[in-house]
Amino acid sequence: MEKRDFHVTAETGIHARPATLLVQSASKFNSEVTLQYGDKSVNLKSIMGVMSLGVGQNTDITITAEGDDEKEAIEAIAQTMTKEGLSE
Amino acid sequence: MTKVLKGIAASDGVAIAKAYRLVDPDLSFSKRTITDVDGEVSKMQSAMDASKAELEIIKNKAKETLGEEEAEVFEAHITILSDPEMIGAINKEISDQKVNAEQALFDVTDQYISMFEAMTDNAYMQERAGDVRDVRKRVMSHLLGVELPNPALINRPVVIVSHDLTPSDTAQLDRKFVKGFITDIGGRTSHSAIMSRTLEIPAVVGSGEATTTINEDDTVIIDGLDGVALVSPTDAEIAEYDQKEQDYLKQKDEWERLKTAETLSKDGVHHTLAANIGTPRDLQAVLDNGAEGIGLFRSEFLYMNSAELPTEDEQFEAYKSAVAKMDNKPVVVRTMDIGGDKKLPYLPLPDEMNPFMGYRAIRISLDRDDIFRTQLRALIRASSYGQLWIMFPMIATLDEFRAAKAIYDDERQKLIDAGTKVGEVKLGIMIEIPAAAVLADQFAKEVDFMSIGTNDLIGYSMAADRTNERVSYLYQPYNPSVLRLIKHVIDSAHKEGKFAAMCGEMAGDQIAVPLLLGMGLDEFSMSATSILKTRSLMSRLDSQKAAKLVERALDAQTNDEVKQLVLDAMDSLK
Repeated sequence: MEKRDFHVTAETGIHARPATLLVQSASKFNSEVTLQYGDKSVNLKSIMGVMSLGVGQNTDITITAEGDDEKEAIEAIAQTMTKEGLSE
Repeated sequence: MTKVLKGIAASDGVAIAKAYRLVDPDLSFSKRTITDVDGEVSKMQSAMDASKAELEIIKNKAKETLGEEEAEVFEAHITILSDPEMIGAINKEISDQKVNAEQALFDVTDQYISMFEAMTDNAYMQERAGDVRDVRKRVMSHLLGVELPNPALINRPVVIVSHDLTPSDTAQLDRKFVKGFITDIGGRTSHSAIMSRTLEIPAVVGSGEATTTINEDDTVIIDGLDGVALVSPTDAEIAEYDQKEQDYLKQKDEWERLKTAETLSKDGVHHTLAANIGTPRDLQAVLDNGAEGIGLFRSEFLYMNSAELPTEDEQFEAYKSAVAKMDNKPVVVRTMDIGGDKKLPYLPLPDEMNPFMGYRAIRISLDRDDIFRTQLRALIRASSYGQLWIMFPMIATLDEFRAAKAIYDDERQKLIDAGTKVGEVKLGIMIEIPAAAVLADQFAKEVDFMSIGTNDLIGYSMAADRTNERVSYLYQPYNPSVLRLIKHVIDSAHKEGKFAAMCGEMAGDQIAVPLLLGMGLDEFSMSATSILKTRSLMSRLDSQKAAKLVERALDAQTNDEVKQLVLDAMDSLK
């Protein structure tokens, strides 16, 4: 299992465009990918799930991947996070 | 018979074309118990796939017509259709409850819609409910085998008639063929209205009855200037609106040209056209309308949008950003004008019989000089980033101005002693109390500028509250009594070589402008949207002829007489 913490710095938090890109990025992999925010966790391949969390600015989230390509999945998601300015 | 529909003017311009009804087909269904779970699931899957394929086409079309950013919403829709949790929930409902695909789709999407709509603290997320509805509609149409209208396939000039316009509808509109549109619902800030302005398509929204009144291929005139639509108009009406469109286009061209033009009267005299603003957010509109400065920056927003007195640094940042954004054009900041009808929760003011004549504005500032000093320090610090002028509101006597100036001088010296960089600042007063207007000749010897606040000056001169309907007839900007006061203020300023401005509504009043021009007012400050109109009017006026008109106006007897005088003279002033 691969796990990584992120601090969301984007002013708008995780909104439609970045959420869509995160979901698309996670969906490319076989691994199960979850996003944990506070005491809730959702499937990162589910756009509705991700948006339902309403992740705002200056919050901490944890992303976990489990499966045969878990390392690559986390790496790709981390890249999207940085590229979209969600996290530093 | 022509039918006339009234709505909200959403996007300027006039369009005349045949109606194209963009109305959803019947998407109702009934709940059924099914036995073939696999068949129902695969039916669902096909409908999803077909919807996705359609959305890909719409997305590409949107990229062409609207741009990359506007097309993103469809990328989001496609992602919704690929949501494994949502698909899982739909399939689970089909197999557990043995219901038909339509019912399962409806129930599951409804949960998401309710969830987003419940996020009342987040308007952005609430709008996502609309996206889910939009997606559901598309999938439902495929499940039911009915076709959604395909506006992307329109190939003749049309006026779109619809209940509302969703993002996916608007994305398919081809600017080449869609000449205008009218909807039943919506307001000036609804999605449909915003899109119409982006696409520069004349539009009327919120007409209430467009889809029930207008038939396919009816000829429709959309008047996006006045928010009116004419259905099946006569030839004469068509000709009239053709002319209106031509006039509008001509005016638009002129205004576009005037944005960067100097404000000159016909005989080449320059006057400054500035804008009144309430928050730094208004600055973009100010620049878009070609203002030559800010004639009145109300500083109350800093105090009203706060739970406590704003700190020096907070104020400094706000003033600095405004001054910097105006790029060395003058920005006149009026110091705190609290009191009257403006109250602060954290600064309790005594209840007064007559708050407009009570403890307010400079009267509070001089009494609570701790608050005043904080504001002045922030202003003086910001002055090194551009051209900043400071204006004191509600000055009645010279003693008040001298007291305010003494505090200003004190704080300025302290900042200089501490090594803070400060710019050159002009100090002026608002002329809104008749006592100050009458004594303008004495004030002019000590202030750098005077700015006439006509709303209050007229109110105090007539002893009438303009918001009180019973006495609203006494709001008489052209009354010779008011005009004489204004003329005296302008003349007094000029006699001492000082600057005379006006920052009330009157400065943008198209009847008053010729008179003020004739009096030689230096700066006209108004709401940003009046600037181009006024610049256009000024360019057609001769200042010498306007000065002659002023003489006659000052000799007139009533408000109406002056108004008629200006209207009659308008053509001869050009």
